[in-house]
Amino acid sequence: MSGPSSGCGFLMSVVVHGDLALNEQEKDLNQRLRRLYPAVNEEETPLPRSWSPKDKFSYIGLSQNNLRVHYKGHGKTPKDAASVRATHPIPAACGVYYFEVKIISKGRDGYVKYMGIGLSAQGVNMNRLPGWDKHSYGYHGDDGHSFCSSGTGQPYGPTFTTGDVIGCCVNLINNTCFYTKNGHSLGIAFTDLPPNLYPTVGLQTPGEVVDANFGQHPFVFDIEDYMREWRTKIQAQIDRFPIGEREGEWQAMIQKMVASYLVHHSYCATAEVFAKSTDQAVHEELASIKNRQKIQKLVLSGRMGEAIETTQQLYPSLLELNPDLLFMLKVRQFIEMVNGTDSEVRCLGGRSPKSQDSYPGSPRLFNSPVHKVEMEVDHFSNGVSESSSNGFLNGSSTHGIDLEECDGDMVDSAQSKRQLCGGSQAAIERMIQFGRELQSMSEHLRRERGKNSANKKMLKDAFSLLAYSDPWISPVGYQLDSIRREPVCSTLNSAILETHNLPKQPPLALAVGQAAQCLSLMARTGSGSCAFASVDDYLH
Amino acid sequence: MMACLLEAPLRISVLSEVTATSRHYVDRLFDPDPQNVLQGVIDMKNAVIGNNKQKANLIVLGAVPRLLYLLQQSSSSLELRTECAVVLGSLAMGTENNIKSLVDCHIIPALLQGLLCSDLIFIEACLRCLRTVFISPVTPVQLLYTDPTVIPHLMSLLSRSRHTKEYITQIFAHCCKTPEHQTVLFNHSAIQNIAPLLISPSDKVRMQALKCFSVLAYENTQVSMTLVNVLVDGEQLSQVFVRMMQRDKPIEMQLTAAKCLTYMCRAGAIRTDDNCIILKTLPCLVRMCSKERLLEERVEGAETLAYLMEPDVELQRIASFTDHLVSMLADYFKYPSSVSAITDIKRLDHDLKHAHELRQAAFKLYASLGSNDEDIRKKITETENMMDRIVSGLSESSIKVRLAAVRCLHSLSRSVQQLRTSFHDHAVWKPLMKLLQNAPDEVLVMASSTLCNLLLEFSPSKEPILDSGVIELLCSLTQSDSPALRVNGIWALMNMAFQADQKVKVEIVRALGTEQLFRLLSDPDTNVLMKTLGLLRNLLSTRPHIDQIMSSHGKQIMQAVTLILEGEHSIEVKEQTLCILANIADGNTAKELIMTNDDMLQKIKYYMGHSNVKLQLAATFCISNLIWNEEDDSP
Repeated sequence: MSGPSSGCGFLMSVVVHGDLALNEQEKDLNQRLRRLYPAVNEEETPLPRSWSPKDKFSYIGLSQNNLRVHYKGHGKTPKDAASVRATHPIPAACGVYYFEVKIISKGRDGYVKYMGIGLSAQGVNMNRLPGWDKHSYGYHGDDGHSFCSSGTGQPYGPTFTTGDVIGCCVNLINNTCFYTKNGHSLGIAFTDLPPNLYPTVGLQTPGEVVDANFGQHPFVFDIEDYMREWRTKIQAQIDRFPIGEREGEWQAMIQKMVASYLVHHSYCATAEVFAKSTDQAVHEELASIKNRQKIQKLVLSGRMGEAIETTQQLYPSLLELNPDLLFMLKVRQFIEMVNGTDSEVRCLGGRSPKSQDSYPGSPRLFNSPVHKVEMEVDHFSNGVSESSSNGFLNGSSTHGIDLEECDGDMVDSAQSKRQLCGGSQAAIERMIQFGRELQSMSEHLRRERGKNSANKKMLKDAFSLLAYSDPWISPVGYQLDSIRREPVCSTLNSAILETHNLPKQPPLALAVGQAAQCLSLMARTGSGSCAFASVDDYLH
Repeated sequence: MMACLLEAPLRISVLSEVTATSRHYVDRLFDPDPQNVLQGVIDMKNAVIGNNKQKANLIVLGAVPRLLYLLQQSSSSLELRTECAVVLGSLAMGTENNIKSLVDCHIIPALLQGLLCSDLIFIEACLRCLRTVFISPVTPVQLLYTDPTVIPHLMSLLSRSRHTKEYITQIFAHCCKTPEHQTVLFNHSAIQNIAPLLISPSDKVRMQALKCFSVLAYENTQVSMTLVNVLVDGEQLSQVFVRMMQRDKPIEMQLTAAKCLTYMCRAGAIRTDDNCIILKTLPCLVRMCSKERLLEERVEGAETLAYLMEPDVELQRIASFTDHLVSMLADYFKYPSSVSAITDIKRLDHDLKHAHELRQAAFKLYASLGSNDEDIRKKITETENMMDRIVSGLSESSIKVRLAAVRCLHSLSRSVQQLRTSFHDHAVWKPLMKLLQNAPDEVLVMASSTLCNLLLEFSPSKEPILDSGVIELLCSLTQSDSPALRVNGIWALMNMAFQADQKVKVEIVRALGTEQLFRLLSDPDTNVLMKTLGLLRNLLSTRPHIDQIMSSHGKQIMQAVTLILEGEHSIEVKEQTLCILANIADGNTAKELIMTNDDMLQKIKYYMGHSNVKLQLAATFCISNLIWNEEDDSP
């Protein structure tokens, strides 16, 4: 019995191994494409990953996950030429795009080795070699000529044959293309290229076989070095953008933006000093800023119950008029209860539980990418202890909110210590009761205001925490992360500002958002330089 | 002090403009109260910054010797000494004349002495001034090496601070100009001391350290061989250089790193097929030739690339198809461009200044590209106006351009096809002949070597060159002191005599003279001897020519042949001589000179039994010719 079974095992292992290798390659590909083309939004504009089995002439055969191309026609005359395009056109947001083709076999002897590597637009005849027709471009191996939408080639580079690796690079910033041979750049082949070209390869000789590399493997040519050069160029262009006579205006505008940002996020002391030193007026009363600061402080330290209470005190009608907002705050409160940080469960705890994450109270506007913005603003509060006498105590204890626990949080690091609701039985009971109240509030809301899928999901996710013995490492555990307090905090803050007829987003955030939007618009309209001008690069 | 004042007449005119304030600054240096002196120096410092006229005034008024005196006095406070060094550094930042005056006042030994002080701030001020003085083209670099304790002391100061690193490496980079300098620095562990600075956080330090390596490694095998084994933070030095060539690095850094790797490669420390050469250094240098780079960078890029690939045909092939290099170089000839002349006078001036340099660099690179591969030569000659450019380059006023143009022509003249076509079409022999009339030796060597190729039998230029009185010229070259010129002269004559008319042969013998011919046969240079024998052999071909020449010069030629066959010579020389003998044997009357010479017949017999097959064959060939003739003669 050992014979057949071992044979079977062998077969299995081969299959499994093949799958693994495939997955590994897929992973490599995804990683490489992400690294090369970080600005591409693949949901809008997918990157080419293989040849298209649909977009090819019948004389073309595909194999090896549609990466290998072989010729299966007669190869007698140019009428037997056949091409294949990649699955997708090259997205402009690549900035610089690159693929390579390795010549596996130059084809049967006795034929001229017609073979073309290049680009073509959708709809260009596939019964031709790339370069022969309008919107079609190719570099041919038999004579080394480049073909720019014409049946006649121009002397361009060396010839190529079996074993050579030919690369094709499209520069979407200046709309040019150059080729490489075995890692050596051959110089510009085409200029004024139209947008949305597909990688294309064409063959015309029986026995010709070529393999494509769209990023499955490391490239022979150092394309990343070329990209570095263009990144530097674009960034230098941005840095040197002329503002001419308007320098003073620019400075005033930037100061305004910074001031409004500080006010928005209730860095009142900093805002005050900044406004004074730049000679600006603050459009909100200091007391009002401090109130918001107080509330934000509470939200960010996980003390939702107190936050809600304070909000109701200071802005009596706000939550009444915004039941969805109240619901969101309460759901967060529930989560903080599970966390053991909400004040209601804290009082019940046998010991003084700490929130598992320190949060010395710097509100954050957006999600992670924008952290950097605040670094500079932040250091007034971050790390500076209350004993500091200079008054730059943004969001700290000046207004009677006791933050001792928060400070203590710094030392509470042991993950092993975290227990549901801080480990107190009474707290767990309170939490469950609160959950029931939340459930009925949700039902009430649905009756009054109709279905709200966002609310429903929010509640479901929060309740799911209880399904796990250790919620923190569960699939829904991310909710417990202190970083999730930020969107809650920012939504509440915006709502308060709106009641005062103040913008719910600071102009600085708007400008950043607009720049990001502008970049994605550039990507859509084919301006490749957007690839090297990520907003994030400028936020540090 | 007075010496400084009196030497140049130019100073006198300046002197008349000296203001009272300048004089006041100098007077304060002589104040009895040291506190007042210090304040005076500080005020002087503030007065001279950015003010070249003030600097010149102070120098004329003798501030320098007094400042140096104060700087050297151990009784001066450290603060005063430091401020003096700072002011001197400021004066050095002015014109070249300022530097000259400072050097004449022996500022260098004074500052070097100052480096022995223990105070870092003072040392930095001295180094900063020394740096400014040494990087000036008017300062003799030798002054750094006069005192043998200076270099080791600088090495020991190197790591003291960011500034000592920057200034000392900058001094080394500028003052390492000869193999002796390289050796001194090498022997004082320059490599080990400077290598860690390549990863310094300061851009300036990194750049100066890199420059040090490029000047240390240039044509220096010992340094290059050491460099390949150096590790910087666990990484090979060559890899550090490769990183410095990344396209987002400053151009100067890319170019200098490429130079380092080029020099290491040429010294044999890195193989030419190493990826860091083929995939990194070569493409980096090609990029430096692109239109986007500054003119200076393009010159250096092209020269370095030419040097890198000179001995390696594979590198030449790769470069020939990289980024359209061959046609990119054609742009080097377009300066000053017509546009720049119209739009901008400053630009025109700049273009004019670099035009010669650009042209000679392009010629050098073409020469290197075309030195081996026929296809590349074809590509070069097909470049727009290439042959015209060479022709006009041969007669340019700049010697550098002429030399490079003739090097390029020489490289292309190795192509049979080009000799037959483009060389003839463009009558390149004309400017070449003109160049040969009056040129320095290095140009003559290249030009005569090119002429050798143009005189090859299949070259259509051969005829017109012959008619232009080249024989006298070549004969005079054979009398040169330079072995290379003697070889080229005799080589060209040899080529010329190959299958030539009787008239030409007679003319060669007449012009050269038998005396000179025999002198060449005893030339210490084997190459000269071989080519002279080759000439004799070419002269002694076809029966009527043999008889004619032997009837007039038979005696001397037989003597020479005897002498060589009896002498201590290589197999090749003896073989060539036996071939001459065989040619003589082929003559109708000439053969008698052998037949009647018993000694010679014995020699031929001896070589027929020689252990070397080549000599056996040549001797047999002699005998065969001797016999053949007899049969042929008998009716």
